[in-house]
Amino acid sequence: MLYFILRRTVFAVVLLLAVSLCTYVLFSALPSDPAALTCGKNCTTEVIERNRVRLGYDKPILEQYGLFMEGIVKGRTYGPGEAAVHCPAPALGYSFKRHQCVTALISRSLPVTISVSVGAFVLWMLLGVGLGVLAALKRGRWQDRVATGFSVIGISLPTFFVALLAVLIFTVWWPVLDFPSYTGILTNPWKWAKALVLPWSTLAVVSASTYVRMTRNGVIEVMSEEFVRLGLAKGVRRSVLIVKYVLRAALVPIVTIAGLDFAALLGGAVITESVFNLPGVGKLAIEAVVDSDLPVLVATTLVAAAFIVLANAVVDVCYGFLDPRVREG
Amino acid sequence: MTDTPLLRVRDLCVSFRTPDGVVRAVDSVSFDVHAGETVGIVGESGSGKSVTANALMRLNSGAQMSTTGSILLDGVDLGSLSEEEVRLRRGRDIAMVFQDPLSALNPFYSVGDQVAEAYRVHHPKARRPEVRDVVVESLGRVGIPEPVKRMYSFPHEFSGGMRQRIVIAMALVNSPRLLIADEPTTALDVTVQAQILELIQRIQQESGTAVLLITHDLGVIAETTERVIVMYGGRVVEEASVESVFEQPTHPYTLGLLGSVRSLDSAGRGSLRAIPGSPPSLIHLPAGCAFRPRCRFELGEGSLCGSSVPTLSVVGRGKSACHLDVAERERLITAVDG
Repeated sequence: MLYFILRRTVFAVVLLLAVSLCTYVLFSALPSDPAALTCGKNCTTEVIERNRVRLGYDKPILEQYGLFMEGIVKGRTYGPGEAAVHCPAPALGYSFKRHQCVTALISRSLPVTISVSVGAFVLWMLLGVGLGVLAALKRGRWQDRVATGFSVIGISLPTFFVALLAVLIFTVWWPVLDFPSYTGILTNPWKWAKALVLPWSTLAVVSASTYVRMTRNGVIEVMSEEFVRLGLAKGVRRSVLIVKYVLRAALVPIVTIAGLDFAALLGGAVITESVFNLPGVGKLAIEAVVDSDLPVLVATTLVAAAFIVLANAVVDVCYGFLDPRVREG
Repeated sequence: MTDTPLLRVRDLCVSFRTPDGVVRAVDSVSFDVHAGETVGIVGESGSGKSVTANALMRLNSGAQMSTTGSILLDGVDLGSLSEEEVRLRRGRDIAMVFQDPLSALNPFYSVGDQVAEAYRVHHPKARRPEVRDVVVESLGRVGIPEPVKRMYSFPHEFSGGMRQRIVIAMALVNSPRLLIADEPTTALDVTVQAQILELIQRIQQESGTAVLLITHDLGVIAETTERVIVMYGGRVVEEASVESVFEQPTHPYTLGLLGSVRSLDSAGRGSLRAIPGSPPSLIHLPAGCAFRPRCRFELGEGSLCGSSVPTLSVVGRGKSACHLDVAERERLITAVDG
C-alpha cells in the first residue's frame, strides 16, 4: 500500500511538470505579444523592448519556462535596480495589468473559491447521494419519481440560469437574502455563510443531478448482487445490509467522479462566481482573459490543472483503501 | 428419522407478475425434510428449484411476487412470522450456500470479517476473542489452510473452490439445522466439485445438519443424497429414495433425465439420449401435464395427459405424478431400456 501511494505521488509530480510545460508553451505561442500588452495604446517601441527584457520575454521559450519554474521555487525579481519588483516564492509571474504578483492575486481569490467549492460539494454530495439512495430503495414509487424528476430538471438547466433564478427568487421576489457580497469566514462567519448560500445551492442543484442518477443506478445494481442476497441469508439486518454492503460497493465509483468534480470546482467555478460576483479564481481567470493578462491566465490554468492532478492522485489512493482488489495493481 | 419433520412444505406456490403475464415459478410443491437427512431437488433450469430454495428463507423479493402455501420449520409457519423473526432464523436455523462463490462473497471485507459477521448477527454479545476463535475454527473445519493467517485475506485472493469453502464455513458457523445448497458445485471445476461435495457430506455427518441440495446434476444427487425430488415446470413430478429413482424411475421425465447422462457402467444403455424439445415457458404452460409435449409415452389426443394436471400418487417405494398407470409405466420403461 505504501509503495502504491509512493508510486502514485511520483506519477502525479511528473504529470504536473508536464502540464506546466505544456501550459507555458501553449500560452507563449499565442499571437499576442506579451511585451506589447504591458503598456497602453500610446506606447513606444523602446518601452516595449525594455519591458520585454525586464519580464524576460526576450529569452527563448524553454529558458523562460526554466525561469518561471525557478521563480516558483525561489521567488523572482523582475527588472534591475530601483524599479525592480520582487515576488516571493512561489512566484507564478507578475501581472503587468494589475501591477501585482500573480501569487498574491491567486492567494487572495483562492479562499473564496475554496469556500464556494467545499460548501457546494458537501451540499451536493448529501443531496445527490441521499436522493439517489432514496430513489433506489423506493424504486418505482413517488419518492423515486420526485428524485429522478429533480435530477432531470437539474441536468437540463444551465448553471447561469439556475444562478440567476436563485438570485431573482431569493433576493427580489422573496427577499430573504441580500444580493451576495463576499465576506471572509474569519471576518464574519455568519455573513460568509449567508453570502454563499445561493452559490452553494446553485452548484449543488446543478451537480447533484448527475449524482442522483449515478447513486440510484449503482445502488440498484449492487442490490441485485449475489453477495447482498447472501448477506440477507446470513440474517444481517436490512439497514446494516444497505450501509455495509450496498452503499459501500455503490459509492466506490462515485468517489472517483466526485473527487474530480470537486477538483474542477476548485479550479474556479467560473459561471457561478461571475453571476454572484464572488472574487474567486474563476472570476480572476475570466478577467485575465478579457484583459489579455497572460501571466494570470497561465497561473490560473496551472492552479486548476494542479487541483485535477492532485485530486486524481488522492482519488487513486482512496480507491486503494476503498477497494481491496485495486491494492495489488 | 423422527416423526415430525424438520421442514414441512405444503402446497407452496410462488408466482411473479411480469409484463408478459403471470409466471407460476413454483406450483403446489410439497415435501418434507427430516432432521439430519440429505434431500436432493433436481430439475432443469427454470423448473423452480432455486425459487423453492429462496422461498424457504423468504428471500424472493419484489412487489410483483406472491407466495402461498405453508413452510413449517419445527412446526412454525415461516409465512406467519414478521420480517424480523424470519431474519433471526436466517443463518441460524437455515443457512444457504449459493451457486457462484465468486460473487457470493462481499469483495470489500476480509473473509474472516464475513464469517465473523455471520456469527455476530446471531451472537450479538460475543466478545472479540471468542468470535476470533469461532472464525479460525470454522475456516479450519472447511479446509482453509492456515486459517489464522488467511482470515485477513480478501475474497479475490482465493480460488473458486476455496471461496465456496468460505461460504460453507459462513453457513455453518451457527450450526444451522438445515443447510440449503443451491447448485453449490455448478460454477466449479470437476475436481473441486468432488471436494466440495465431500466436504458437505462430511459436515452433514459430523454435525447432523439436514441438507437440501439443489442441482441439475444427477451425478451429484447420486453421490450425496438419500432422497430425491424431481421438479419439472414448477411442480414436483417424482419423489423417491435415491436408489429407486436411479434403478426404477417411475416418471417419464426422470427416465429422460437419466437417459441424458453419460455413465460408464451403463454400457447396455447405448449412447446419450437427449430429451427432445426444451423446458416449457412458465407463462404458457401446456394444458394438462407440463411434460406432455416432450413425453415419449404421451397417451395421445383427448387423453387425460392433455386435459388434467397429474397429481403425485404412490408408486412402488416413491411417488410420481403421471397419468400412465403403474404397470403400464413399468412396462414402457423396461421396453425402452431393453
